[in-house]
Amino acid sequence: MSIMEYNGGSVIAMVGKDCVAIASDLRLGNQALSISSNFQKIFPVTDRIYLGLPGLATDVTTLRERFRYRVNMYTIKEEREIEPETFAHLVSSTLYEHRFGQYFIEPVIAGLSKTPSGGVKPFIAATDIIGCLNFAKDFVVAGTASSKLFGVAEGLWEPDLEPEDLFETISQSLLNAVDRDAFSGWGAIVHVITKDKVTTRTLKGRMD
Amino acid sequence: METSFALTGKGYVIVAADTTAARSIVKMKVDEDKIKELSSHLLMAYSGEPGDTVQFAEYVERNIRLYQIRNLYPLRPSAAASWVRRSLAESLRSRNSYTVSLLLGGYDLATHTPNLYWIDYLGTSVEVPFAAHGYGSYFALSLLDRYHDPEASLEEGLATLKRCIDEVSKRLVVSPGKYKVKIVDKDGVREVEL
Repeated sequence: MSIMEYNGGSVIAMVGKDCVAIASDLRLGNQALSISSNFQKIFPVTDRIYLGLPGLATDVTTLRERFRYRVNMYTIKEEREIEPETFAHLVSSTLYEHRFGQYFIEPVIAGLSKTPSGGVKPFIAATDIIGCLNFAKDFVVAGTASSKLFGVAEGLWEPDLEPEDLFETISQSLLNAVDRDAFSGWGAIVHVITKDKVTTRTLKGRMD
Repeated sequence: METSFALTGKGYVIVAADTTAARSIVKMKVDEDKIKELSSHLLMAYSGEPGDTVQFAEYVERNIRLYQIRNLYPLRPSAAASWVRRSLAESLRSRNSYTVSLLLGGYDLATHTPNLYWIDYLGTSVEVPFAAHGYGSYFALSLLDRYHDPEASLEEGLATLKRCIDEVSKRLVVSPGKYKVKIVDKDGVREVEL
């Protein structure tokens, strides 16, 4: 019995053309027993940054509260919103602070950073449970279905997808991966972040 | 073994917990009340490690009361659940942690909705339409998947609860005998006989 598989759940994030998408399943279980089919693992950090927290459910809530506090403090002190790159390092250092006595979470960050010319640049990152950052150019995965997610995403993802196509790609990747994982599933939620809006859709998956 | 159920319906939450206090294989008591009335519209069923349960439940009860005295208004169910969850999450990473499973049911007077929270000893908290703890959950949850209706009347809700209790009595080897059933709705908390 691994503590990382105690509650189950998976998150994936993907880069598109001037957009990013992040998606997760909605299951909360106690090992093989499902408790809830509406457990959120993805949280908005700013209007442009979303954070996915798959892993031990108690730490999902604890870290969510912790990041909300730290981002609020940053916003007040700096009098501006945090950038995705900075936030990724905030996540990393928060987790490394607990290097000996970890939070059992593998965070996934998806956001749009501002460029000097006034445009946006997609940003995704993931860390391990002690905060080792992984900046990827294509997609990042985490959670109990991560091995399956790698396979499907590797096959479906292509560069410069438009928001609608990116939504389709990330949705199909997630739904097909979690169907092969007993600890993930029970529906999914997908956020597509573009320059001027965030589209959130809840998907039905196989309910068995 | 210890079992507790709870379900929401149209404007109410029903919370039920068995009444046995056991130590090892011996039943020490058969009329133990394991559902605390935390405030006028808040119920908490607790189970787990004997000793921890009562200690933690009383700690929660007094703190909820203290908040009400200080602020002249009670905590809403979601706020109470957050506070209880945090207490357990902090306890988990301390030298001696509480091993307590909770079902927190309340009626939110601000939104006029019934709320139910499933909370375990790790500090996992989730809002659910129905929930169960203990060995009974393996039987009751699948029954509730089939029969639970969020728009059901109180009579229908109690009938669904009865199904759960009967199923556990029928199929579980170490099934508890008696249950205490409490309801919370717009008029507050009350106990009912099944």
